[in-house]
Amino acid sequence: MTDNGRYAVIGKPLPKVDAASRVTGQAVYADDMLLPRTLHCRILRSPHPHARIVSIDTSAARRMPGVHAVITGADLPIKFGILPVTQDERALEHEKVRYVGDPIAAVAATDEEIAAAACDAIAVEYQVLEPVMSIDAALGRPKDERIQDYGGPNNIHKLVALEFGDVDGGFARADHVREDVFFFQGNTHLPMEQHSAVATYIDGKVTLWSSTQVVHYVHRALAKVLELPMNRIRVIGAAHGGGFGGKTDPFAHEIIVAKLAMITGRPVKCTLTREEVFYAHRGRHPVLMWVRTGVTSDGRITAMHFKSALDGGAYGSYGVASTFYTGALQTVTYDIPAYRFEGCRVFTNKPPCGPKRGHGTPQPRFAIELHLEKIARDLGIDPVEMKRANFVKPMTRTVNWMRVTSCGLEECTELVMKASGYRERERRSGRGMGFAISSYLSGAGTAIYWNDMPHSEVQIKVDRGGVTAYCGAMDIGQGSDSVLAAVVAEELGLQPKDIRLVTADTDTTPIDLGSYSSRVTFMAGNAALEAARKMRALLVEAVEASGRKYEEVSFEEASVLAEARFGTLTTAGSYTPPKIAGPYKGSGVGPSPAYSYSACVVDLDADPRTGLIHLNKVWIAHDVGRAINPLLVEGQVEGSVYMGLGEALMEEQTFRKGLHKWPSMLEYKSPTFLDMPDVETFIVETNDPEGPYGAKEAGQGPLLPVIPAVNAAVFDALGIWVDEVPVTPEKIVEALRRRDKGEPPRYGPQRFPEIPYPPTIKVDPPPRDLDRAAAASI
Amino acid sequence: MLRLPRFKYLRPKTAREAAQMASDLGPRAMFVAGGTDLFPKLKRRQFEVDALIGLDFLPRTIHRGDDETIVDAGVTLASASSSAELRGDYPGYAEAAGLVSSPPLRNAGTIGGNLCVDTRCNYYDMTYEWRKAAGFCMKKDGDICLVAPSSSRCWAVSSSDTAPMAIALGALVTLAGPNGDRELPVAALYKDDGIDYMAKQPSEVVTSLQLHAAGATRTAYVKLRRRGSIDFPIAGAAVALRLDGPLVTSCRIVLSAVASHPLEAAEAGEFMIGRRVDEESAKAAAEIAAKPAKPLDNADLSHFWRKRMVRVVVEQALKRAGDR
Ligand SMILES: Cc1cc2nc3c(=O)[nH]c(=O)nc-3n(C[C@H](O)[C@H](O)[C@H](O)COP(=O)(O)OP(=O)(O)OC[C@H]3O[C@@H](n4cnc5c(N)ncnc54)[C@H](O)[C@@H]3O)c2cc1C
Ligand code: SF4
Repeated sequence: MTDNGRYAVIGKPLPKVDAASRVTGQAVYADDMLLPRTLHCRILRSPHPHARIVSIDTSAARRMPGVHAVITGADLPIKFGILPVTQDERALEHEKVRYVGDPIAAVAATDEEIAAAACDAIAVEYQVLEPVMSIDAALGRPKDERIQDYGGPNNIHKLVALEFGDVDGGFARADHVREDVFFFQGNTHLPMEQHSAVATYIDGKVTLWSSTQVVHYVHRALAKVLELPMNRIRVIGAAHGGGFGGKTDPFAHEIIVAKLAMITGRPVKCTLTREEVFYAHRGRHPVLMWVRTGVTSDGRITAMHFKSALDGGAYGSYGVASTFYTGALQTVTYDIPAYRFEGCRVFTNKPPCGPKRGHGTPQPRFAIELHLEKIARDLGIDPVEMKRANFVKPMTRTVNWMRVTSCGLEECTELVMKASGYRERERRSGRGMGFAISSYLSGAGTAIYWNDMPHSEVQIKVDRGGVTAYCGAMDIGQGSDSVLAAVVAEELGLQPKDIRLVTADTDTTPIDLGSYSSRVTFMAGNAALEAARKMRALLVEAVEASGRKYEEVSFEEASVLAEARFGTLTTAGSYTPPKIAGPYKGSGVGPSPAYSYSACVVDLDADPRTGLIHLNKVWIAHDVGRAINPLLVEGQVEGSVYMGLGEALMEEQTFRKGLHKWPSMLEYKSPTFLDMPDVETFIVETNDPEGPYGAKEAGQGPLLPVIPAVNAAVFDALGIWVDEVPVTPEKIVEALRRRDKGEPPRYGPQRFPEIPYPPTIKVDPPPRDLDRAAAASI
Repeated sequence: MLRLPRFKYLRPKTAREAAQMASDLGPRAMFVAGGTDLFPKLKRRQFEVDALIGLDFLPRTIHRGDDETIVDAGVTLASASSSAELRGDYPGYAEAAGLVSSPPLRNAGTIGGNLCVDTRCNYYDMTYEWRKAAGFCMKKDGDICLVAPSSSRCWAVSSSDTAPMAIALGALVTLAGPNGDRELPVAALYKDDGIDYMAKQPSEVVTSLQLHAAGATRTAYVKLRRRGSIDFPIAGAAVALRLDGPLVTSCRIVLSAVASHPLEAAEAGEFMIGRRVDEESAKAAAEIAAKPAKPLDNADLSHFWRKRMVRVVVEQALKRAGDR
């Protein structure tokens, strides 16, 4: 906080560069686009959770007036998928459907109603197969056939087993060992904007405007499935109405509109209905978890064994990474000297799960925060103090090789403890407070497909009209454009509004891997910093050659001097994360150049008669390294609290008779303004050594502690454990009923299933002075 | 996105004309007032219509007389909930109107439309595509009930917030048919059938609601829903009672969202007569009131829990009315 005074722009609470266009409706979202001669596309989807397709008859649809093209899987047979190891999706399926909502055929017509009617006129004959709708069912022998033809045994997709350090020895050393089972129900992102894409095919080139978080990955998938070289495809990120991880895969509708544009020679648009957004999903995996921890009598962790079982839905998506993420970050908050992780992802006949804010880590965070609370109570010590005694320290390596640099856990904890009055809280039945902490990555250290190229690149051009910054990063509402502008403006002595931005366009901007894993501020920010410093050096050199100082001349003058001296003024910067992953298979998931940290206290009232919860207040402190723009950081923190509370209390993606139970915004409950308590946010600045100006992430980490803090507060209020989310009133009432009958005062999963995990891969902990040695060798 | 189907929009100038149109056009024409219930359902193809008959001619005034207060059917829920007359005389009614859905919908939705609002079921209030995938049910396009497959009837839930309060108040509605007007107690407007839930002729227009002079009537409406806004009731209790000194002389308790019609808990109402409204009597009455409530697994949260909650809302509504 001390050196904010050095900066003119960094650290200032400025409005977003695109705030006015957003609130006045001028921003152009994909669905706003209406190019001349646009055709509208609707997609026919499977009504069965699991079936073989016997035949598809599109003749009646093709005959309908207004219909210009009808395509099926035979037109797009090539498989794609976000991860190279799971290329298991087709834009349209013609052999087999795997969930209600799986796309089968698509129609382009002069208007949407005709397209919808034509979809209804397509006759599909199915051979219905037994659906697999739960983790238990997926672990067992399939009645008819497996959902996917890879992975296994049965419907298992992925199994991992890793051990770091001497786990058995750690348990032997423990004075107390405890086991718990937890369940985290799946939920979805619920972005305000439904996915939408528009494609044209002009002069042999496809252009796609889409509501996506990752133009680059969409570009790659289009090239593969359409069998076109990447230079004949251009992907542009349209104004974005929210992703939260839900627009981080390449999607069927994006490929479909491109194909239909190629066939018809006309622009084709597809906007998903809200129901279809629930089917596109890629949301939070339902995860069943088992955790066993050994501690000394004073509460120091000696060993932890963690098992997860993820219900992945019908396709791979990011699932392999999600599986590793359920085990990766436990060690990044607590000093765990020996750690064993066994993970499993299964296929079920549901829309595929993938990354949602916190990707794979809110579930284990929920489990271990509550698990440690329980251990502290077993030992009769204060849970906050016990957690604190185990906090990781800055500038350390964890037992699973994660490199921790800056770490503000202590500061965050102290702030929320003080502000909430947690220690002096009023003790009365029905009122409770809960505390939890968390950590999250500032960008994944490895790309989704293996390569050694930079993860983000920025070009800057200065000419007579001013400064333009080019970057592939996609602003999904989090404010990445504003961060880019702030960085460039700071270095050049301008204001963000002076910077022109060209972003998220594969033709005109250099690469950025996309808005996921909280990577943009850190990576694009560092790339922008490099490009801007190079540009400043050119300007300074030219001004000084004229005998003056940069600060004494106007920017226009400086740019004229520099352009006269050097010709066209362009600079570039790029960012490649440090190679810090450990020496084991799967080590690519978890390492990040820096971790954010958060601590949270939730205050609530829980009515023992109804089980209804009233939230009183949330205090949250977030170590963001440096707040490039505190207004944006606060927005991200409050949004994370909101989303976390929704997951804790009501959101759930549930199924009935093979169907999504309520794919509608009315029935899928997500909190309204009236359900939102006051949130007091504290920004903690630890000045990360590698972040731009010391900055780390803010978009995902603050969601994580909110959920376990709610469950801990319910225990504080009523003396019952709800060991799963969401914490619905029914579960509270049931746990109280059990308590009154003399049973354990708990609602939650009873057991963790037998899973055929592979033999554990044993990994030695990193050497003590690893990073010092690495730093010295640079 | 979901699109409205194509239909003709007719604009009669009077209720009589509207009723005549409806009678001429038959089941493929429907009235539309605020459209807040109708339009989403048309988008989901829960109704198929060739024509909508607009009711925007309906007056929108609240007339306070000595013997009664007349609320025109075109009054919006927002005006009803903020009306000084209604808040003063029938606070429970204003409360119910103010708890419907969310502010934008209350600005458009009318009290006439709220009395006629379709029954709900989470197997039915879904898109055409979803219902097709689930297998259509007898309320629309199919012939079985998905909630209670062995049942020969539909159990869709009466979800109006204001109807139970109107019944508790003994209110009347005026209906305009093609050949004349008639008055009916609100209670007689409904049938216990999820499909054929209205007892009026489809061609009859609700033109107004008459509330007897409030006198010493105390009212309260308590609604249970998951969130602070938007959600339909998953249980609700409307209470209208009179006291003589500390003792109850009349009491009507009507439940929302636990049956296919607003369900009067007559026995519980009678139980209160001659008693004080206190913790103990409210609890006992609530116990009686909850008995006939039969929620099924076709609305939010589990039906077991909803059934338990009926007691809570009745008890709260009784105490709140008693305190007014
Ligand atoms: C998200 C959402 C949440 C909602 N939440 C609630 C809630 O919490 N509580 C609740 O009670 N309702 C709720 N509703 C339903 C609806 O908004 C209200 O019931 C509203 O009062 C309906 O009035 P309207 O004027 O918009 O009716 P319309 O939609 O115009 O009509 C509804 C029905 O009544 C008929 N009709 C309308 N007026 C008349 C008349 N004067 N005479 C004869 N028939 C008529 C129509 O033909 C139609 O069948 C909700 C709706 C939505 C979309
Ligand atoms: S109660 Fe049964 S018949 Fe009625 S709408 Fe629901 S599923 Fe259909």
